[in-house]
Amino acid sequence: MQENCAIELKNIRKTFGFVVANDEINLKINRGEILCLLGENGSGKTTLMNMLSGIYQPDSGEIFKDGEQVAIRSPRDAYGLGIGMIHQHYHLVDVFTAAQNIILGLENEKMDLGAVNDKVKDICDRYGFHVDPKMKVYDMSVSQKQTIEIVKVLYRGAEILILDEPTAVLTPQETDKLFAVLRNMKKDNKAIVLITHKLAEVLDVSDKVAILRKGKYIGTVNTKEATAQSLTDMMVGRAVTLNIDRPVYDNPKDRLEIKGLTVVDNEGINKLTDVSFTARTGEILGVAGIAGSGQKELLEAITGLYPVKSGSIAFLNDDGSRNELVGKTPMQIRQAGVGMGFVPEDRLGMGLVGSMGMTNNMMLRSWRNGRSIFFNKKAPQSLADRVWKDLEVVTPSTEFPVRRMSGGNIQKVLVGREIASSPPVLLTAYAVRGLDINTSYTIYNLLTEQKMNGAAVMYVGEELDVLLQLCDRILVLCGGKVSGIVDARTVTKEQIGLLMTSVEGNTKEAKDE
Amino acid sequence: MSEKSKTPLFRLVKRVKGDMMSPRKALAIRVASVVIALILGSIPIMLTGANPVKAYGVIVVGSLSNAIYLKQTIKIAIPLLVCSLAIAPCFKMKFWNIGAEGQLMFGAICSAFFAINLGGKIPSFFILLIMAIAAALGGAIWGFIPGFFKAKYNTNETLFTLMMNYIAIGMVKWLQGGPWEGRKGTQLVPTFHKSTFLPEVFGVQCGWIIALILVIIVHIYMNYTKHGYEVAVIGDSLNTARYAGMNVGWIMMRTMLLSGALCGIAGFLILAGENHTINSALSGGVGFTAITVSWLSQLNAFVMIGISALLAIISKGSKTLNQRMGVPSSVAEIVSGILLFCMLGCEFFINYKVVFRKKSEKEVAA
Amino acid sequence: MNSIIALIAAAGTYATVLMFGTMGEIITEKSGNLNLGVEGIMYMGGIIGLVAANRYEAMVGEAASNGFIAILFAIFGAFIAGALAGLIFSFITVTLRANQNVTGLAMTTFGTGVAKFIGEVMRNKLGGYVSVSNHLKEAFSLKFMPKFLKNIPILGPILFNQVHFFYIGIILAVLIYLFFSKTKAGLYLRAVGESPVTADAAGINITRYKYLATMIGGGISAIGGMVYTMTTAGCVWIEASLSGVGWLSVALVIFCTWNPLNSLWGSLLFGSLMIMYLWIIVPGIPTELYKILPYVVTLIVLIITSIRNNRDKQPPASLGNNYFREDR
Repeated sequence: MQENCAIELKNIRKTFGFVVANDEINLKINRGEILCLLGENGSGKTTLMNMLSGIYQPDSGEIFKDGEQVAIRSPRDAYGLGIGMIHQHYHLVDVFTAAQNIILGLENEKMDLGAVNDKVKDICDRYGFHVDPKMKVYDMSVSQKQTIEIVKVLYRGAEILILDEPTAVLTPQETDKLFAVLRNMKKDNKAIVLITHKLAEVLDVSDKVAILRKGKYIGTVNTKEATAQSLTDMMVGRAVTLNIDRPVYDNPKDRLEIKGLTVVDNEGINKLTDVSFTARTGEILGVAGIAGSGQKELLEAITGLYPVKSGSIAFLNDDGSRNELVGKTPMQIRQAGVGMGFVPEDRLGMGLVGSMGMTNNMMLRSWRNGRSIFFNKKAPQSLADRVWKDLEVVTPSTEFPVRRMSGGNIQKVLVGREIASSPPVLLTAYAVRGLDINTSYTIYNLLTEQKMNGAAVMYVGEELDVLLQLCDRILVLCGGKVSGIVDARTVTKEQIGLLMTSVEGNTKEAKDE
Repeated sequence: MSEKSKTPLFRLVKRVKGDMMSPRKALAIRVASVVIALILGSIPIMLTGANPVKAYGVIVVGSLSNAIYLKQTIKIAIPLLVCSLAIAPCFKMKFWNIGAEGQLMFGAICSAFFAINLGGKIPSFFILLIMAIAAALGGAIWGFIPGFFKAKYNTNETLFTLMMNYIAIGMVKWLQGGPWEGRKGTQLVPTFHKSTFLPEVFGVQCGWIIALILVIIVHIYMNYTKHGYEVAVIGDSLNTARYAGMNVGWIMMRTMLLSGALCGIAGFLILAGENHTINSALSGGVGFTAITVSWLSQLNAFVMIGISALLAIISKGSKTLNQRMGVPSSVAEIVSGILLFCMLGCEFFINYKVVFRKKSEKEVAA
Repeated sequence: MNSIIALIAAAGTYATVLMFGTMGEIITEKSGNLNLGVEGIMYMGGIIGLVAANRYEAMVGEAASNGFIAILFAIFGAFIAGALAGLIFSFITVTLRANQNVTGLAMTTFGTGVAKFIGEVMRNKLGGYVSVSNHLKEAFSLKFMPKFLKNIPILGPILFNQVHFFYIGIILAVLIYLFFSKTKAGLYLRAVGESPVTADAAGINITRYKYLATMIGGGISAIGGMVYTMTTAGCVWIEASLSGVGWLSVALVIFCTWNPLNSLWGSLLFGSLMIMYLWIIVPGIPTELYKILPYVVTLIVLIITSIRNNRDKQPPASLGNNYFREDR
């Protein structure tokens, strides 16, 4: 056994009902190394690490720390062993200050915030980040929140740090900064585990890569010896081509014209400022931007769900007439004959009714049809059967509550329903989030199919590689403003990354485009 | 290996797809919880020195054994059933309407107004019709007010509906001691004219027929109509309802109008079916007990018949118990409280399973 | 003006009842548990407090009974009753993860039932009303502040002519406030109520905090019920008169924006409203309608607080939700 091995997992198994999330996994985590845990969504990466952080208990298997077998029953146990995890969804109390969050749960700490501040400053200086201990979390940006999470873990003296998809919400620049910090920690002889499915990051920052596929451990390779293609093949289990088909639609027409759109949230903060663009038929318009740049509000404003302060959203009919959508409720938009499909970000919280089966969820779009006081179940039933079959949804029946399905199947139900009526406008938000590569490609194909049928598709996405391959044009949002509209066929990732963080100077060009 | 013992003895796992408990087993657990509740309920009975088995016997005998007892039990069950039906759509919508009591009372006030002023002046059929409509409207108004504020400002409906109860009861107290008082100083409203009495069918006021019809109507309303669908969607997720183009605020108000109207009708049934006068004890806590019934029935209208019958039996039987064995009739409240605790708690054993350390997961999965 | 001062001074006792009820529920709600069973808990506190004092007196004999010890018995008895109710609530909602709203309502049914039952059993056993002897009654209602303080104009009668429970309540409010803002345990408790996932990940024992807060909160609420029977009701059990007090306390929690210090003046205000019909006679308004004033005011308060949405005055973010670690 090597001396630098901090944690060793042996034959770890974890099931949820009949789903085997982790199947006999063996893994070594070494000090002074950055280990990437690579796998598709649903391959069991987070589950495995949650067993190290005390969130889950393994069904069977053993965990060794420095060669000694340990049991991690709770997050407290994990801290005791020097294991700290930064979860994808931050674990912070919004109404507390940074310092209050940091000392949360510490056994031997006094309520001496002055001493806490000193120690925090110490940690920050050592690894190179900045934290204001008195700032309340609800006033922080995502990257500041993440910093607090990392400081919190270090404050507890963690020597094994696990980061779950830390870059998902960061700009490329912030990502670079984070990686610099991680490299500093590596030098400090800490063991670092990075959970990710982004190949570029893996190749950039890690020393070793451990690959999981469908709950099984595939193997560990040295990053130096790996390539994007070799890692993908291991991750998916067969050779895959990473190209998305992008056909060209002849003579696109303007379909949706947004001018000077400004929306304001409950607290009077501008979520969108003077947004203008046009979406065309036969085109996938990508929307890029760091999380929370107004993507959600944009789509919801178009569908009549978010109140509009000023500006116009016009639906252009084939005969050239315009339908103004601002001020209309979703129902009025529908009654005006404007067909719109919308796949929202929060699938169960907004797009679907979790406690109902497929059939009743199909009815969400048609329940009003007819004059009878009774609903008609026949049409949604046959639609449910069709989606079930065509999209290969895995479910025992069309009455089985969708909440209990897996993420990919839930998304198929939602997308299936939204494209069923071939709407002239199709809006999607993070349509492939949490899906495995196969399902993701199914979704890409469905969207492209809609585009070739003449729909104006908007695709809000987070992975730039996908946006560049799938979309025809990309609209970049930054802080609720349009920082650029670019041709997806010619633009580079770096250019988009820059647009995501700066508004100035680019807006003009975008309008000329 | 000594460290092995450090893994916890047992842990909880939420049941997920493919691993749900069979309906039969689930039913067994629910039945068991009722049995446990009855056993726990026997503790206060024993404290009074009575024999619990005998006491439960008296409860059953004292509520069902002869025509008079049976009629009285049914009389208790009728408004209980109607109020439970009224609450069901609200709870389905996750709108915590605990104002059935007040809606019933205000309906009764409106109904009593016509009973007092029109009693004996027009034919019985018309006066009953007017009373029923007035009660429904009154209850609807009382239900609409909290619904309106919930829809407009998201005002806490639990406390709102509750305060509305006290206001309605206060109004009845004022009426019975003031404008509607019969002989001065009695604090009583004189018995209404005979023409305001509901006719009897099989010896019991015909309210039971109305209640059973309402069961079917509510069942259909909740399961087969567009309204029912809207209510179910809102109960699951407000955002999904908005996404689907539903007018959430209006649906909330509409559901509360209907719920209040049904409660009002329950008030009318008590008023015209048995009380024949109005006083602040009119409802006898039916509005609160109905919450228990609705929840225990898991909002299933047909199951409500059984549960309201059960609670009516406990309620009527405990009065007999008080007369015969000196056990305070408030034991009924204790037993219904325990019953509710047990049935709420037992869902846990249906939705979760306990996994013990030694047991291999494969066994369970197989 | 004088009658207003007299009203507020007289409302002190009633305010104390609400103060305890509200403070208890604030502690409970800070842990994320929404216990709507306060009504039942205060009922139980009311009867158990009385029974405890009564039993103590029966045990040592009337002559040997000591007012201070009787009060301790009453406080202790009520607290235990409320804590037990909190335990039941926690077991069903925290351990068995049942719906908090319905469990709270069940607690109301159960608690009022238990209180009525005990009241009746005691009445049957002892014959006549359950009570305590006069010198103990006096001890419970004693206004012990020195005369010269009572005689200070305006402030005297309001602040210094009150029963000792009033001062215990004030001290408790300050202590609870300090607990939340200055101690680690208070910070952790708030974290549990705001974001159990965060607290859990930080290694805080959620279950323990929720159980303890709900039990202590229930106990404190129950003391409010006891104060009512032992002062306002004159040490006899009148079951109907406690009706609605627990619910007002729950409403007051919202009114006080979960701050124990606000519960001091909040309960004084509502205490005044409760007894206003006795002190300020408005011609033309019948007493029975006058009596519903506090409920009407509560409605208005509920509406106003819901219209004015303020970020720092929100309920604990996860209030009413149950937590299951593996559920995410």
